[in-house]
Amino acid sequence: MMGLFPNLAALPFSHLWEKVALAKRGSDEGGSDPHPSRLRRATLSRKRERGAALIISALLSSLALSPALAVEPGEKLADPALEARARAIAGELRCLVCQNQSIDDSDAPLAKDLRLIVREKLKGGASDAEVREFVVARYGDFVLLRPPVKPETWLLWAAPLLALGGGAAVIYFTARRGRRASAGALTEAERAQLNALGVSIDPQKTTDDH
Amino acid sequence: MIVETGHFALVLALALAIAQAILPFAGARLRDASLMSVARPTALAQFGLVALAYGALTYAHVVSDFSLVNVIENSHSLKPMVYKVSGVWGNHEGSMLLWVLVLSFFGALTAVFSGAMPDRLRADTLAVQGLIGAAFVAFILFTSNPFARVADPPWQGRDLNPILQDPGLAIHPPLLYLGYVGFSIVFSFAAAALIGGRIDAAWARFVRPWTLAAWIFLTLGIAMGSYWAYYTLGWGGFWFWDPVENASLMPWLAGTALLHSAAVMEKREALKVWTIFLSILAFSLSLLGTFLVRSGVLTSVHAFASDPARGVFILAILTVFIGGALALFALRASALPTGGLFAPISREGALVVNNLLLTVCCATVVIGTLYPLALEALTGEKISVGAPFFDTVLIPIALPLIFSMPIGQLLAWKRGDLLGALQRLRAAFAAGVVAIAIFAALHGAPFLSVICAGLAIYLVVGAFSDIAMRAAPRGAPLRSIVSRARGLPLSAWGASIAHAGVGLTLLGLAATGWGVEQIVAMKPGVAYDVGPYRIAIEDVASRAGPNYAETYAVMAVREGDATLARMEPAKRFYQARRMARTEAGIVTLGLGQVYAALGEQHEDGTIDARLYYKPLVLLIWLGAVVMALGGACSLADRRLRIGVAARARVTTHAQAAE
Repeated sequence: MMGLFPNLAALPFSHLWEKVALAKRGSDEGGSDPHPSRLRRATLSRKRERGAALIISALLSSLALSPALAVEPGEKLADPALEARARAIAGELRCLVCQNQSIDDSDAPLAKDLRLIVREKLKGGASDAEVREFVVARYGDFVLLRPPVKPETWLLWAAPLLALGGGAAVIYFTARRGRRASAGALTEAERAQLNALGVSIDPQKTTDDH
Repeated sequence: MIVETGHFALVLALALAIAQAILPFAGARLRDASLMSVARPTALAQFGLVALAYGALTYAHVVSDFSLVNVIENSHSLKPMVYKVSGVWGNHEGSMLLWVLVLSFFGALTAVFSGAMPDRLRADTLAVQGLIGAAFVAFILFTSNPFARVADPPWQGRDLNPILQDPGLAIHPPLLYLGYVGFSIVFSFAAAALIGGRIDAAWARFVRPWTLAAWIFLTLGIAMGSYWAYYTLGWGGFWFWDPVENASLMPWLAGTALLHSAAVMEKREALKVWTIFLSILAFSLSLLGTFLVRSGVLTSVHAFASDPARGVFILAILTVFIGGALALFALRASALPTGGLFAPISREGALVVNNLLLTVCCATVVIGTLYPLALEALTGEKISVGAPFFDTVLIPIALPLIFSMPIGQLLAWKRGDLLGALQRLRAAFAAGVVAIAIFAALHGAPFLSVICAGLAIYLVVGAFSDIAMRAAPRGAPLRSIVSRARGLPLSAWGASIAHAGVGLTLLGLAATGWGVEQIVAMKPGVAYDVGPYRIAIEDVASRAGPNYAETYAVMAVREGDATLARMEPAKRFYQARRMARTEAGIVTLGLGQVYAALGEQHEDGTIDARLYYKPLVLLIWLGAVVMALGGACSLADRRLRIGVAARARVTTHAQAAE
C-alpha cells in the first residue's frame, strides 16, 4: 500500500509547467468535443507514448501505457468516512492542467498527486478547511472551483440576487406606469377605431381588467 | 476543380449576402417594391451557394483529397465514412462553414414561408439576415479558409481527433447549430420590427414558429451533447458547467423565456418590448457563445482556434450586431405601443414571473462564465467558477420556478384565481407528497434528491392537470372525455408535454443522488457488487478496428445467478495521432444504466475499473426529448400554420389605420 504513495516532499512540481504548456498546445488541435478532459488525457498520454514503439501488438499488451482512471483503487483510504471527505474535497478542487475539471474527475498525473496530498493530510488529522488552505497556499484561489467570498467576488456571488431584485423592480415600475397610463383609458379616436372594427366596449369591464 | 468551385461559390455567396443586406433594406426605405423583391431570390441563392461550398468541402473529405490543409489536418484515408462526412465540421473552418450553412438555410426558409408577411417586414428581416451572413462568410474567407491548398500533398492525413470519432459528432453539432443559429431569424425579425417601428400580435405569430423550431433543436442538441459527454468521459458525468456548455445553455434559457413571452404577446398583445428584447438577447448570446468558443478566449478543447485575428474578427462581429441591435432597441423601444394590461395574478403575471426567473438564471450563467475572464483582465487575479458555484446559486432559483410551472398553466388570462388553481392542483400536490414519502423510504438521503424527486412527480402530474380539467369536467361521460381531449388545441398539449419533460429530467437529475460508485481493482472471474447488480470480468482480449486497435474486457452484469447482459468497456489506441481513449461499457436496464470504465491493468492480472449503477439516469435525456416533443406538438398547432395570413392582414391594416 505504501509503495503506491510517492514521497510527497519530493514531488516534482517543476514538471507542472511543461504539462501546462503541453495541454495548451493540445487545445489548439481539438474539435467540438463534449468535454475537455479527454483531449488533455490524450495529449498527456501522447507524450507518455512518444517513446513507445509503434507496434500494435506491443501497445495492446501494455494497458499501462494508456491513460489511467481518475481516482484509482490504490489511492482509496481504508477509512470510508475519511475517504468520503477526501472525495468531497477533491470534487471542489480544480485540476490545474485541465480545463474546468476537478481533481476528482481528472486522470492527469498532477491531479493524482493532489488527490494523494489531500488524503495524506486527512490521514494526518487535518480538517477539511485546513486541507483546502494548504492547497490554496500553494496554488492560489484559482484551485477552488467554488470561488471564495471576498471583495473581488462579491459581485459574482451577489449577481443572482441583484438580477432578481433589479428585474423585480423593473416589473413593478413598468406595471405601475402601465396602470397609470391606462387611467385615461381609451381616447375618443381609439374608441371610434374599435367601433369601426366592430368591437363593443363595456367601460365597466375595461376598468375591471386593470 | 470541385474544391475551387466550392471556394468560388462561397465568394459569390458573400457578394449575394451583401446585396441581400443592402437592396431590400433600401427598397423598404424607398418603398420600392422591385428592390424589396430582391430579398427572397438572393436568400435562396445564398443558401444554394453556401450549400455548394459545403458540398465541395465534404467531397474533398470523402475522397481524402490531401492537397487541402483542412483534410490533411482532420482526416485519414482509413477513417470510417461516417467520420469523413461528419469530420467536415469537426474542425474550426468546417464548423464555421456549417454555421453559415445553417444561417443561410434559415434565411432561405424564411424567404419561402413568408408569403403572408408584410413586404417591408420581410425585406428588412431578410436584409438583417443577409448582413449576418455577409459578416460570417467574410470571417470564413478572410480568417478561416477551409479551401486552402498545399503545394506538396502528403500521402496520408493526420486523422480526426479520436475523441471526435464518435456517432455523437454526426448528431450533436448540427442539432446545436440548428438551434442557436436558428435564433438568428428571430433576431432579424426583431431588428426588422424595430427598424419599421411596427409590432403587433401578427409579428409574434410570425416569430413564434421560428422560436419554437430553434428551441426544439437547441434542446435536442444540448441533450445529445450531454449524453455524448456522459458515455465518452469514463465516469458518467453529464454536465460540467464548462464555459462551452454554458455557451449553449445561455441562449437556451433566453429562448425558453422568449417562447413564453411570445405566447403572451400573441394572445394578449402584452410584453411587446420585452419580447423584442429577448429576441435580440437569444441570438446575441448565441453570438457570444460563438465568440467564446471560436476565439480561443477560453482554453478548451472546443476552442480549436486560438488565432488572435479570428478572435478580433468575431469580437468585431459581436460588437456590431449586439451593439447595433441594442442601440436600435434603446432608440425605438420606447416608441413601441404597449398593450394588453393584466392583473398580477393571471396567466400573463405567471409568465412574467417565469421570464424573470429564467432571465435571472441566464444572467447568472453569463456572469459566472465571464466573471473569471473579466477579473483576470482587470486585476490579473485568476479565480475559477465551477460546478459548485453554479449548483449553489442556481438551485434556489430553479426550484421555485419549477414549483410555479403547473400553477401558471392553470391561471386564466387577464385575471386568474390563485386559490382555485391551487385547489385544482390537489392531485399533483398529493402525488408529490406520496413520491417524497416513497423515495425517502426507499433511499433516505440525500435530502435534496428526495425533495427534487417529489417536485418532479408533482410537475409531471401538474403539467397535465390543465388538460385533465378541460377534457374531463366533473361528471363528464368517458366517451366525451376522449373527444374533448382531442379537441383541445395542440399548443395546450405541447405545453403540458414540454412541462412534463422538465419533470422527467428533474427526476433523472434527482436520482443521480442515489447512484452507486465502485472503484475497484477487479480480478477476472470475481463478481463485484454495484447497487442491485454484480459485475464480473469474463475475458480480456484485443482486436483491431479500421483506424485503431483496442483492448477490451467482457463484463457480465448479473442479478442473483442470472446474467442479464454483457458489456465491453475498452481502451482504444489511434495510430495516426498516437492518442488513446477509453470506451465505457454501458448496459441499459429499465431507465437505469450500469456503466463501466477501464483503468490500468496490473501485473497480477487485476484491472482497475470504475463501476457505476445509475438509477433512472436515462430520464435526464429522455426528459429533454419529451420537451422537444412538446415543442413539436405546439409547432404543429394549426393556429400557427393556417389562417395566419388572413388574421395578420387584419391586424396590420388596423395598425396602419392609426
